[in-house]
Amino acid sequence: MTCEEMLKALNDVIDDQSALALCTEFADHLAGCNPCQLVVDNIRKTIQLYKDEQPYPMPEAFQDRFRDAHKAKWKVKFPHAEV
Amino acid sequence: MAVLPTTHYEASAADDYLPLLRRAQTGDFAAFESLVGQLQGRVYGVAYRILGHVQDAEDVVQQTFLSVIEHIDGFRGESAVATWVLRIATNFALKSLRKKRGLPTVSLNTVDESFADVPHPQYIAHWRESADSRLDRSELRELLDRAIAELDDKYRVVFVLRDIEEMSTEETAEALGLSISNVKVRLLRARMQLRERLTRELGDDATRVEPDHRH
Repeated sequence: MTCEEMLKALNDVIDDQSALALCTEFADHLAGCNPCQLVVDNIRKTIQLYKDEQPYPMPEAFQDRFRDAHKAKWKVKFPHAEV
Repeated sequence: MAVLPTTHYEASAADDYLPLLRRAQTGDFAAFESLVGQLQGRVYGVAYRILGHVQDAEDVVQQTFLSVIEHIDGFRGESAVATWVLRIATNFALKSLRKKRGLPTVSLNTVDESFADVPHPQYIAHWRESADSRLDRSELRELLDRAIAELDDKYRVVFVLRDIEEMSTEETAEALGLSISNVKVRLLRARMQLRERLTRELGDDATRVEPDHRH
């Protein structure tokens, strides 16, 4: 397997561990290549760190302005609706 | 006669936001507010990560939900509600980005990018026991924010939509007007660059290995 073929397959392996079972060549390569195992592990951990991040808090002052703007727009869109 | 599978999203997966959206379409403001309450955090997060600026992210959130109100009748369920809303948010964020960079409007994706251009890993090591063992929560957030901000805009956007918001490759391609192949290459570039950056901060030097360029 060439380097470019490995890079092409890397996304699929990261996204779907079952792809590993289908990609014998990639699996065989990983089994014998510590650097590549580490890279795959690093990438998985990187993605997980970003997924686990706490949501960014929206400033409260903005939330009030934001709500007022929606109400105004809603009244135009649905003139008979209760807001 | 075989029944062809529908491509309509409603039939294929439970969309928690769909009942609220349907009620909002009839003029139910409380339903709309509930939808906003549940999605605004994600919209803000996408906008902030793409733009890196609080005021700009706030503007995107505002524009997004005003647009949702304007186009609410047009939602037919071809995608999940959240995907639809995030796609609107991404468009506004990208417009804002292009304006800041002084670029013209949408750039057409006509160049095929190649996996051959993806840089190979340089610093390879195990990460220390727990990524946050030496950094407190705010330091870790700062590190993650810095690393993602260092990505080229076009790689950052793909990473945010695919890996953080978990949109599919196809949804991401459609949202950004990219080919599926370019989404994959950009995603890999983003992942590799973030991996490199974070491993240099969080890696255990004692376990460092040299990249093997033979393959």
